[in-house]
Amino acid sequence: MKPILEMDNLSVAYRSDGGDVRAVEQVNLTLHAGEVVGLCGESGSGKSTLAYGATRLLRPPALVTGGSVRYYGRRITQGGDPADILTLSKRELHALRWREIAIVFQSAMNALNPVLRVQDQILDAIRAHLRISGGEAREKAATLLDLVGIPRARLRSYPHELSGGMRQRVMIAMALAADPEVVIMDEPTTALDVVVQRDILAQIVELKETLGFAILFITHDLSLLLELADRIAVMYAGRLLETGSAAELMRDPAHPYTRGLLNSFPSLRGPRRELVGIPGSPPDLRDPGPGCPFAPRCNYALPSCSEVDMTLARVVGTPGPEHLTACPVLNKQGVLS
Amino acid sequence: MRILGNIWRELPLKAKVGVVLFGLFILAAIIGPEVAPYAPGYSNPSISLSLQPPSSQYLLGTTQSGQDVLSQLLVGIRLTLELALLVGVIATALSVIVGVTSAFLGGVWDEILSLLTNVFLVIPALPLLILLLGYLPNRGQLPTIIVLAGLGWQWGARVIRAQTLTIRNRDFIAASRETGEKTWRIIFFEIMPNEVSLIAASFVNTVLYAIAASVALAFIGLADLNSWSLGTMLYWAQSAQALELGAWWWFLPPGIAVALIGTALVLLNTGFDELGSPRLRASRGSARVAGKKVWATDPTPVLAMLVGSPGRVTGFLHSFSRSSLLDNTPAGGELR
Repeated sequence: MKPILEMDNLSVAYRSDGGDVRAVEQVNLTLHAGEVVGLCGESGSGKSTLAYGATRLLRPPALVTGGSVRYYGRRITQGGDPADILTLSKRELHALRWREIAIVFQSAMNALNPVLRVQDQILDAIRAHLRISGGEAREKAATLLDLVGIPRARLRSYPHELSGGMRQRVMIAMALAADPEVVIMDEPTTALDVVVQRDILAQIVELKETLGFAILFITHDLSLLLELADRIAVMYAGRLLETGSAAELMRDPAHPYTRGLLNSFPSLRGPRRELVGIPGSPPDLRDPGPGCPFAPRCNYALPSCSEVDMTLARVVGTPGPEHLTACPVLNKQGVLS
Repeated sequence: MRILGNIWRELPLKAKVGVVLFGLFILAAIIGPEVAPYAPGYSNPSISLSLQPPSSQYLLGTTQSGQDVLSQLLVGIRLTLELALLVGVIATALSVIVGVTSAFLGGVWDEILSLLTNVFLVIPALPLLILLLGYLPNRGQLPTIIVLAGLGWQWGARVIRAQTLTIRNRDFIAASRETGEKTWRIIFFEIMPNEVSLIAASFVNTVLYAIAASVALAFIGLADLNSWSLGTMLYWAQSAQALELGAWWWFLPPGIAVALIGTALVLLNTGFDELGSPRLRASRGSARVAGKKVWATDPTPVLAMLVGSPGRVTGFLHSFSRSSLLDNTPAGGELR
């Protein structure tokens, strides 16, 4: 599989008078064409900052302090070099956004303007990014609603006439308006109940299969990702702790934090067991200190954890090349044994 | 002092200019009469001192009867500003009281107060002012203030009523009513802070209206002509045909003073908008990141590209600033 979006040692900080709040620290994450990558972590772990920083949507005092973000979309590169998003100008970014990288924002269903018809809002997005005639644009809007399973007649509806799930689908339809190669979904189903959530996720997977875009799916719900994502990246205090395929992560979690997350929701099959939470709370990102940021809350912590190197290493004994962990302690013990 | 300093830093440039300009006039109003070189009404009997252009002795020249224009200006600013600010305070207080009560109480009270506001809105203010002041036995400062304030509150009341109506129906007001907050507390601590910018803007507009109206009234002679205000200065200049005599130093200073006070107030107004609305403040303008100006609508800045090429002057100036201490922090390195 060829990469489509590649973040290399990306660091993002928020400048404040008390020093930099380092919300994202040296993150390496690659999205391949047609792949669903799940990014999971608790509130304030930097998942959204990572996604918006990589697309340069954050406002000052946010600042990309290092690394690179390369985009390999075929329309941009045309066989040549990838585009480095961090060096693009405002104008180039405008061409890239929505057309190449689209985003379904957190609580996106509230982003619809209550006094405009759904049609006009979809048309706005289409007109801003594609050069097509009015008739074509209207036809395109109708097709988009078809795609997400909303009857065409609803084009004339106002947002308050749609249910929450339908509004969310409209937002997904809008994100797909310009046939992007990457879609970033920031907790697109958080405000919905599980049944609707399931419907929409199934729809997203289906759309991905037919249209072939890659998805970066941000959520705090690891159980949801286990079902949906091809690969999962677990984030904590601005760093990636573990990446791997959903199956690998589920079977052999190679970082104590992932284990903690997996133990915090019940399994449908197997014997009943006590749910265990993770005690404590995330560290202050202004002064994270050296070593593993999770060490203070970790059951496996050794004194050496305070100077551990946080680069991801391949998990010992795993067959695939993609299962990486930042925890040498568990890795040395051999999770597979 | 610290809070004031913070507010000052947050203000947009336009508002800063307004504050400084208006501050100068306030200063002139406070110390003006004390530092005025001559008594404003003192007519120099010497014919050679009549209608003198500006000189080192009479900085702004003299009038036809040998009075010092600068002294008149310094005294006049006080009277005009005093009148305008008092009218502003009284009229704004009236409009807040009427607007908030009618919106908050609703029902019959709203009907009555709205009717009153509407009646005042359709009254043509200037002709009525002329009429009233023309027939009043005493045309001094106080009657003018009362009449101007009485005819200057209705616009503000209308706007504040509308704003209060929308705020009154928000969830946080319902919540505070549920928790048993007293009505006066809801009005003063829940609703009013949301209207600070509106009230301030309304105050500034009323002051502006009072200055314009009082100068206009004095200009046509409907004021105490024995006192010295910017309006009466213009009245005397006009009645002595200063324009025909080419005595520009006589009518220009008061005219420019009126224009500058008005400009200062309009500039001030732009700052109030953002003062009362934290959201507006956050979305506005630019921030300094690594010594470079970055606008809120720009893409997220990238450190490597910012630090790459600071201009020579900018770079030099930046090296003195507090944020320069952060510049040499390697990406992802230690912050010490």
